[in-house]
Amino acid sequence: MSNLFDLLVAGLATGAIYALVAVGFTLLWQTSQTINFAQGEFVMLPAFLMLAAMHAGAPFWLAIILGILLSMILLGLAFKMLLVDPMMRHGVLPLAIATMALAIGLKEAVKQFFSAEASPFPSIVPTGDIFILGHAVSLQSIGVLIVAILAVFGLTALLNRTSLGHQMQAAAQNPTVARIIGVPVERMILLTFLINALLVALASLLITPIYLAKFSSGEVLGQAAFIAAIVGGFNQVRGAIAGGLLIGVLDNLAAAYVSTQYRAAVPMIFLIVVILFRPQGLLGRAEERTV
Amino acid sequence: MSSFGKPLKIALGLAVIAALIIVPMNFNRYGLFILSQWAVMSIAAMGLNLTLGYAGQVSLAQGAFVGIGAYAAAIMTTHGWPLPAAILVAIALSFAVGWVLGYPALRVQHHYLAFVTLAFSTLAFLVFRNESWLTGGIYGISNIPRPHIFGIATNKPLPFYYVCLGSLAIVSLAVWWLIRSPWGRAFMALRENPLRAQSLGIDTRRYTLMAFAIGSALGGIAGALYAPLTQYIDPVPFNLSLSLDLLMMVIVGGAGFYFGPFLGAMIAVLLPEWLRFTEGYYLMLYAIAVMLLLIWSPTGILGILDRYLAERRTKAASALRAVAKSRLETVQ
Repeated sequence: MSNLFDLLVAGLATGAIYALVAVGFTLLWQTSQTINFAQGEFVMLPAFLMLAAMHAGAPFWLAIILGILLSMILLGLAFKMLLVDPMMRHGVLPLAIATMALAIGLKEAVKQFFSAEASPFPSIVPTGDIFILGHAVSLQSIGVLIVAILAVFGLTALLNRTSLGHQMQAAAQNPTVARIIGVPVERMILLTFLINALLVALASLLITPIYLAKFSSGEVLGQAAFIAAIVGGFNQVRGAIAGGLLIGVLDNLAAAYVSTQYRAAVPMIFLIVVILFRPQGLLGRAEERTV
Repeated sequence: MSSFGKPLKIALGLAVIAALIIVPMNFNRYGLFILSQWAVMSIAAMGLNLTLGYAGQVSLAQGAFVGIGAYAAAIMTTHGWPLPAAILVAIALSFAVGWVLGYPALRVQHHYLAFVTLAFSTLAFLVFRNESWLTGGIYGISNIPRPHIFGIATNKPLPFYYVCLGSLAIVSLAVWWLIRSPWGRAFMALRENPLRAQSLGIDTRRYTLMAFAIGSALGGIAGALYAPLTQYIDPVPFNLSLSLDLLMMVIVGGAGFYFGPFLGAMIAVLLPEWLRFTEGYYLMLYAIAVMLLLIWSPTGILGILDRYLAERRTKAASALRAVAKSRLETVQ
């Protein structure tokens, strides 16, 4: 029983990180039909930017700020202007392929300019355990969960409560009409790219202390985020959150109760079942099918 | 233009074929290996081009079918079966699995389909890795024999390169015939407008499944050649990145163009090798090259050629129109 409790907490913590990454993924899809196959590498890179800043002598807090700013410039601004903008008009597939190439490029760049080895990364949450209801729970899991939940709440508040958020939603749902009523659609799309960069940098900060910084660590993470986004609903932010948490918990439970060899299969089978029987996702709205 | 275009094309094709046969004769072992790999990957990419480029069904599972073919061939040939029998089994197996994988395509399209096939690809990898009683698990299968073709041993790199090249030629001819047959037209109808295709009496269900099954079967053939080529297989080459690579080959070469997969496979297999002199940078440069190419021409390399030819045709046509117009004016 205590085992189940631990698994649930650990699963929710990783799930919360998946949710952050998946939310960014769905935001890009909604506003610009970008399927970002490099999303996992986007999570891998900020940790290395922060490590590089620390190697250059910056204290940890400054490295975090620099890392986030650089991620927003590279993974937000530059990604949109240099790769997405020229290709957006040409449909989903070429852009998706270009992001696959980008994923290879980012991995290789980190391997070449930084290290092929895994590097340790300091945690923003103190290590140790606290006791909840008689169970020892690692502070790290709790910290990750709290930061991720705050980030998600902040984002939902931005999207649903502010004029800026409403403009972003309008730009995503119907760019033509949004433009007519005076929403600066281009700027809103850029904003979602910056938000995505912020989310992946945050996810990077939370997950790297647990799994170490490695050039290839984005592969698994990117896939988990895809699955979370689809399972929850490709066109809904809250769907991506639910999907992330669900996949995190499922993954941890599968590792404990199914088999360690086939743990990766459980989310995949779940994904296939969801797509076949509820393609709009558990919380998504049905998209009208384009003929 | 068409009066000299066709002989020119045939001459060019013959020259390329002759070059593929003659030039590698004094290549070293590694060069022949890379070129054989190009031939094998071209076959797999051609299969995906059929599924994606002609029938418009996105698949991220082609690498899994290469894996299925490779394991079928490895297991059978190490147990004493001849390679041609193994290839037939690989075809049948990939065809059947591909047919089943086609069923989701009847329900969902585009990115959803991409993710179903992605999930399948990961599941296949897990089976290759974990079912060690069959696949040797992470230790893989070694000492895969190369076949005797018409009594000639193909253990050396050059004869086996000709086996790969010959197989590529046979598959190319079959695909050439297929896309010109009513089936090929039905595939394209499926891609362009499934609703209209259906209203014209094309059984879209059957053709969708067929597109998947045939494309997958070609992946199986490629795998069945890959196993004796490397003579050792383990699960790693058949993970998701092979499927992504194959998809990249098809798009970069030009999806829906007959020669697209050949060029795409050339870029994906040979370009990194040519860039090897840059040492650690070669994959980075490769990635940048692919991105630049796609920014320049999202329809791939053959898209550039296609645009150029179309432009020339419109120019020629407008020149003709101008001449006709001026003649009309002089008559008046």
